[in-house]
Amino acid sequence: MLDFVIRRLTVLAATLLVAALIIFLVMEVLPGDPAEVMLGLNAQPDTLAALRAQMGLDRPAPERFAVWVLAFLSGDLGISYTYDVPVAELIGERMGVTLPLALMAILLSTLIALPSGVLSATFRGRPADTVIMGIAQLGVAVPNFWFAILLILLFAVSLGWTSAGGFPGYEDGILPALGALLLPAIALALPQAAILARVTRSAVIDVLGEDYIRTARAKGLSGGVVLWRHAVRNALAAPLTIMGLQFSFLLAGTVIIENVFYLPGLGRLIFQAIAQRDLIVVKDIVVLLVGLVITVNFIVDMLYAWADPRLRQGDNNV
Amino acid sequence: MKTKLFAAAFLAAGLGMSGQAAAKDGLTLGIGLEPPHLDPTAGAAAAIDEVVYQNVFEGLTRIGPDGSVLPGLAAEWDVSDDGLTYSFKLRDGVTFHDGTAFDSADVLFSINRAMAEDSTNAQKGLFEPIATVAAPDAATVTIALKRPTGHFLFNLGWGDVVMVAPESADTNKTAPVGTGPFTFDRWSKGSEIRLKRNDAYWGDAAKLAKVSFKIMPDAASSAAALMSGDIDVFPNFGAPELLEQFRADPRFEVVVGTTEGETILSMNHANKALSDIRVRRAIAHAVDRQAIIDGAMFGSGTTIGSHFAPHHPAYVDLTGMYPHDVAKAKALLAEAGYASGLKLRLTLPPPSYARRGGEVIAAQLATVGIETEIIPVEWAQWLKQVFKTTDYDLTIVSHTEPFDIGIYARDSYYFNYKSERFNKVYAELTEAVDPAKRKALIGQAQTVLAEDSVNGFLFELAQNGVWKKGIKGLWANRPIQANDVTGAYWE
Repeated sequence: MLDFVIRRLTVLAATLLVAALIIFLVMEVLPGDPAEVMLGLNAQPDTLAALRAQMGLDRPAPERFAVWVLAFLSGDLGISYTYDVPVAELIGERMGVTLPLALMAILLSTLIALPSGVLSATFRGRPADTVIMGIAQLGVAVPNFWFAILLILLFAVSLGWTSAGGFPGYEDGILPALGALLLPAIALALPQAAILARVTRSAVIDVLGEDYIRTARAKGLSGGVVLWRHAVRNALAAPLTIMGLQFSFLLAGTVIIENVFYLPGLGRLIFQAIAQRDLIVVKDIVVLLVGLVITVNFIVDMLYAWADPRLRQGDNNV
Repeated sequence: MKTKLFAAAFLAAGLGMSGQAAAKDGLTLGIGLEPPHLDPTAGAAAAIDEVVYQNVFEGLTRIGPDGSVLPGLAAEWDVSDDGLTYSFKLRDGVTFHDGTAFDSADVLFSINRAMAEDSTNAQKGLFEPIATVAAPDAATVTIALKRPTGHFLFNLGWGDVVMVAPESADTNKTAPVGTGPFTFDRWSKGSEIRLKRNDAYWGDAAKLAKVSFKIMPDAASSAAALMSGDIDVFPNFGAPELLEQFRADPRFEVVVGTTEGETILSMNHANKALSDIRVRRAIAHAVDRQAIIDGAMFGSGTTIGSHFAPHHPAYVDLTGMYPHDVAKAKALLAEAGYASGLKLRLTLPPPSYARRGGEVIAAQLATVGIETEIIPVEWAQWLKQVFKTTDYDLTIVSHTEPFDIGIYARDSYYFNYKSERFNKVYAELTEAVDPAKRKALIGQAQTVLAEDSVNGFLFELAQNGVWKKGIKGLWANRPIQANDVTGAYWE
């Protein structure tokens, strides 16, 4: 088992290093110079040179890569070119928005999708199934940013129940802050829930057709026990895979949703940083996101093992 | 059911939040772009000035709502007869927000800092005519120029020339310390910037106690934020297609003002075809300006015939020089040897005037036989490819600096336009001090550009402000890129 963990960690580190190199190279070939973007149309050559020297952009690329990676490893993410504050501080602030948002979205999506998927599978072919799957079809088809605008129009503009976006910060308490994230979380969650519900439904239907379900019923177990203990648990592998993938999608989805709700999250930050060529921020965030996605995949693997004991067995054999 | 309760609890939380209606001494403005930092002397981003200019930082002179030059931290000044020496009398009792006094030493520091070798001032060129700066006493500053500079007092009113203190200059990016009627309160990055009234202000105190700038990058969400009351004013609303809904809404007024943004179809004179004046004139005849304003800007904008703002007193109307005439354009192209057609690249930066305007112009150029390849680019890419290395044929961009006709006298500017005739007129203009003579020369400069058909002169950008009814004292026009709220109040 220890071997396995060490191997996994080595792969993780190697993946991160390769990702860092690719990101660095992409930023190198990306047209546009941060100093030019900051100083605009009337900048004089000597001013540009002074700013470039101040930002360390006048040094050769391999040196800059090495400096960046070594500093990153020691926990120093550098100073943002445009904001002039430590990148770690920026990312920390933004994580306080994006992470709760993504977690709320995945929680909502799961709470909606699993019961409706199971329900739909149980009542396969009957009106309940048709209605749920009809809604799910719609959910898959509707883009989340458009759905977000509809939510704002209804709840903020017409009903006036919530503000149209923005984030009050945590100074005024945690409830208003999470409240501000609710509409965005719903906008993110529903399209994901639609996909998840469809996958859950077909997975449960597959399992319900297995021989051991018939056996369980034959030995006199109640419908509920058969469904939840035998069918659903065994059908979880597929939805879990999707949820793992969805977490990455959610992080990407926040880029758009945070713009619609003008939330100061990580997605907005990276979007802005790319446009302003705040390359150090872009590089740091992308590496962190890569790390996050790899970690989530690792957790999903662990959950597989929980859902399917055969995989646990497999692990021990490695 | 569980989900529903969960949702209800959070919606209730949200309700409580938006229930706090804006008090009548507070103002919330929406701005489209977040400033990268808050030091106007260290960056070109207009968003910096849109928050801090005149509100937090002040210069020796200030620009008024009509573009005139008003006294700022300098109460009065004398200009020597030869136009070379300016003597400024500073105001008494001015302190920076950190309590330190403002005097001539701060002026010396601010100007020398901007002119220094390692300066990162984006408009260092404004300081170029300065030969020496001296402070005979604490309340007097004299500036000697290398040559007479007609618009020197206007230049001193730019955001890049505001006065900063040696104690705080290095931290102004994140904690701006100026002399203005508002002090910096809080910046929630990506979300909002808050200012509050400076009770120790040297002049008339601001009527608003709090001002908040909320960052709204998306047009649809800006509209929703106005409708739901989250923001009171959007001074420069980016989506003209949404204005009708606010015009129809009794809670708002739509205030259409002028800007300094000459929106032009820039041409690269290093391109063989575009170096031929007949081709440039053919393009001028092919372009239907009003159709671009209607099609791309939903009717807001004023046609221009040269690189000059129509609201300026020295403006000359040259829009009639090249009337929309397809036959004439074709004839000119044929004369220049492009009867069988011409292929050009049209590089478009992100703003909607460029992207939408580009589509309309491409269609208009096609009618005279000019085929365009549209290349959409990001700003950073535009700066590199178009502005720096001039690897482009045509592009559309709005030149938003005030009184920037001088860019045509720069040989290395991205148009690659070189005209001794223009340079001569402009050189005379920069040294002219007599108002009547200046006006005549400004008119000549405009005419030369139109006659040479240097670029396709399209329209002056409009500033479409959406204001909640009852707010007064805001600027309708934008003679300088700023949101001066020092005189704003609720009725």
